[in-house]
Amino acid sequence: MKTIYRALLGACALSALSTAAFAETTITVATVNNGDMIRMQGLMADFNQKHPDIKVQWVTLEENVLRQRVTQDIATKGGQFDVMTIGTYEVPIWAKRGWLADLNDLPASYDANDILPAIRNGLTTEGKLYAAPFYGESSMVMYRTDLMKAAGLDMPAAPTWDFIKQAAEKMTDKSKEQYGICLRGKAGWGENMAFLTAMSNSYGARWFDEKWKPQFDGAAWKQTLTDYLDLMNKYGPPGASANGFNENLALFQSGKCGMWIDATVAASFVTNPKDSKVADKVGFALAPDKGLGKRGNWLWAWNLGIPAGTKKVEAAKTFVEWATSKEYLALVASKEGWANVPPGTRTSLYENPEYAKVPFAKMTLDSINAADPTHPTVDPVPYVGVQFVAIPEFQGLGTAVGQQFSAALAGQITAEKALENAQALTVREMTKAGYIK
Amino acid sequence: MARQVKTRNKVIVTIAAWAVGIAIFFPILWTVITSFKSEADAIADPPVFLFFNWTLENYVTVQERSDYFNHFMNSVVISVGSTLIGLLIAVPAAWAMAFVPGKRTKDLLMWMLSTKMLPPVGVLVPLYLIFRDIGLLDTRIGLVIVLTLINLPIIIWMLYTYFREIPGEILEAARMDGATLKAEILYVLTPMAVPGIASTLLLNIILAWNEAFWTLNLTAANAAPLTAFIASYSSPEGLFYAKLSAASTMAIAPILIMGWFSQKQLVRGLTFGAVK
Amino acid sequence: MATKHSRAAARLMISPAVLLLLGWMIVPLAMTLYFSFQRYNLLMPGMEEWTGLANYQYFLTDPAFFDALTNTLLLVGGVLLVTIIGGVMLALLLDQPFFGQGVVRILVIAPFFVMPTVSALVWKNMFLNPVNGLFAHAAKALGLQPYDFFAQAPLASIIGIVSWQWLPFATLILLTALQSLDQEQLEAAEMDGAGPLSRFFHIMLPHLARAITVVILIQTIFLLSVFAEILVTTNGGPGTASTNLTYLIYAQSLLQFDVGGGSAGGVVAIVLANIVAIFLMRMIGKNLEA
Repeated sequence: MKTIYRALLGACALSALSTAAFAETTITVATVNNGDMIRMQGLMADFNQKHPDIKVQWVTLEENVLRQRVTQDIATKGGQFDVMTIGTYEVPIWAKRGWLADLNDLPASYDANDILPAIRNGLTTEGKLYAAPFYGESSMVMYRTDLMKAAGLDMPAAPTWDFIKQAAEKMTDKSKEQYGICLRGKAGWGENMAFLTAMSNSYGARWFDEKWKPQFDGAAWKQTLTDYLDLMNKYGPPGASANGFNENLALFQSGKCGMWIDATVAASFVTNPKDSKVADKVGFALAPDKGLGKRGNWLWAWNLGIPAGTKKVEAAKTFVEWATSKEYLALVASKEGWANVPPGTRTSLYENPEYAKVPFAKMTLDSINAADPTHPTVDPVPYVGVQFVAIPEFQGLGTAVGQQFSAALAGQITAEKALENAQALTVREMTKAGYIK
Repeated sequence: MARQVKTRNKVIVTIAAWAVGIAIFFPILWTVITSFKSEADAIADPPVFLFFNWTLENYVTVQERSDYFNHFMNSVVISVGSTLIGLLIAVPAAWAMAFVPGKRTKDLLMWMLSTKMLPPVGVLVPLYLIFRDIGLLDTRIGLVIVLTLINLPIIIWMLYTYFREIPGEILEAARMDGATLKAEILYVLTPMAVPGIASTLLLNIILAWNEAFWTLNLTAANAAPLTAFIASYSSPEGLFYAKLSAASTMAIAPILIMGWFSQKQLVRGLTFGAVK
Repeated sequence: MATKHSRAAARLMISPAVLLLLGWMIVPLAMTLYFSFQRYNLLMPGMEEWTGLANYQYFLTDPAFFDALTNTLLLVGGVLLVTIIGGVMLALLLDQPFFGQGVVRILVIAPFFVMPTVSALVWKNMFLNPVNGLFAHAAKALGLQPYDFFAQAPLASIIGIVSWQWLPFATLILLTALQSLDQEQLEAAEMDGAGPLSRFFHIMLPHLARAITVVILIQTIFLLSVFAEILVTTNGGPGTASTNLTYLIYAQSLLQFDVGGGSAGGVVAIVLANIVAIFLMRMIGKNLEA
């Protein structure tokens, strides 16, 4: 009924312009400028052909700008976007606020149960799915097989931090601009803190104890930070305090890193001969551990969510369904090859024998399965999230702490001072926000 | 002899001036050159200057990814629109301040300028809420309004200083001859004011074109200008110097070319009363 | 000369501009003031409450606040210093007769047309990057260790980028002023045996004082709110080494979505900006009246 009404309305409006009379809904999709999303924009012909009545407008932004824009818009109910690309951090917080339309009524053919459990759990609040994962990732070690061999070492499938240090030392040759290890150093809760928080988990550290008391004054964090600084200062590239994911990717692709511990999605970029000088010399291993039962890997997914207020829910859902469906994966595979399929979302993808041939497929799945957002640390914590703490204050906190650690990496302050500052500012903010009474 | 010294001086000055000019311009030149390289050539060490395989590939990639023309048109409409409306409001105000100055004119002018010192981030959320309520989010008209207001003080100041240099005696002479206010404005003032207005117009188009805070935060898809276009390239994945250069070139080329063609007009009135 | 009639007309002509700017100032300002006394976080709707001065207390005791204040002053002062000294020297050079004056002028003013975002991106990636940047390549070619600009000297690097953008503006204004200098006066001084330095300090510099004042005024207005360059290059870091007041408020209100805290910061910044404005007004009043 509604559709007919809308069609009529549209027809009236359009016939006045004497053009074809079918109702066209335009939806605006906000997305991050990552490779998989850019690829999707190139494959829109398929969507347009299947759904000629829906027109999609893209707003592509760099991650930090995107996050600020969509959060601001959804919190003020600005209504500028019909579909938003959001991370696993936002989904539970937003869902609790009632800001997202739930996706429980997607058709059976969509097969929501096919979504990897680790990922799906993070997107489900009170039994309802609030966003559909476009791609999922964990982190792992990517290394240069040729340099490893030259160093006379053999990378185990599940290395320890001690081995990483040893290998980094052997692989470093600064005169040839060859750095043993590249890690994130750029300040930001989603940049250096994603890595460092995940690393600290494996060192037995945690952000807060069960009473929300910050833990940066503990021995575990001190150990984490000193080891990280030691690795980077001795074997890392210059300018590391400004390096995020993209900068490190560029370094690795141009052959300047021996090892790089970062997002599993990077695997398809570093093994792509079109962009990477080292495409055929890359090996993969699980993120390192310290023998305490937790690995230093994270869990993340970029998801498509629909703001609760939008008037175009149906069209938006149609789009989300298409972009995160099994068919979309097959479409990418047919156009660009299996290695370029958005990874880490569906069980069926990893059961596909074709996909199993992709060199990093198994390691990605193992890494994702090795992360447990509900029990991220060695000691118990009051929060959910591996490399983040799923509370609204975390973005600000994580970035402020990240700045301190970044300053320590740049050599402006000592590790002790950075931890002291981090502890002080976290206590302050948590007191302000009312967690610490 | 004297002549020889002069020529020698001229040669030295020529070399120095060109060296400085090229040094200042070099980052732009390098960006343009890099935009025609392959990604591998873009980071080659030692760098390649002219002898590489020139390619248009980056421009094709950028155009495939984003609708450049749409962003470009938004930039044009927003910067020209806000400047024209700004002039419409500012010319009478500046004229009155310059020719009928009161005791408080200076204070008024300073107050206007001080409104430009407010940090925009501080008022973004309030303004976003207002724009949402009156439906101006992501509209060209909304951006035209904001940019008109933020640049208005500069426009008024620039016109005021220019108008003030128009000698008052001319006006008095015209009035003696019995010219009406209308005739005074139309036949005496306008011809003298045109260069100042022209350079104000140009300066403000440049300022509006390059404004990157409001234009990014108040738009989504429909009204997003080139500042938003460049925001999607600010940290792409992998090797991106060549693509970044292509996008940068596309974002700055229109205003750069306009600026060059009109630099005489721009410079003529760009004194802010600095010349007495 | 001004009659009652023309005064009324003048007021009428000024009023649209004044009313618009007044509205533009008062409406957001009132809202900002109101929010600054509220506990208001965009991510926690329904929790809004009156908190009195708590937001101010937290903003002003934030360890980053003092850094931000210092950095703001250093940034404005640094850029002014570079652009004015550089601008005067450049203006003196371009004022001489030489071949290709038009083309060189075009080259020199070009950076002024470049969007701040673009110039920050280009400088950060293609020049200052310690691995793939052009300066790093140059350092390596000379057998030196590449300098890590944004880690070792973040604020100075940003001052450099911003100065590059504003140098053309300063040069243009100073050049125009220089061209209006009375040549006879200079020649007379030369006859009297005044050397180039003394000519510069006793004749040219006093003549340029007014133009320099104008450059300071206009640039300060824009430099107080430098933002894009910091966001793109250092994100205010490492630590708070390159956080200015604008960036600190941005971090409060748009990274933490603490509208209350951000608004308090906004009010503080407005107060400080007005202090600067009064200071400038005094200076301009002295220099521009003549």
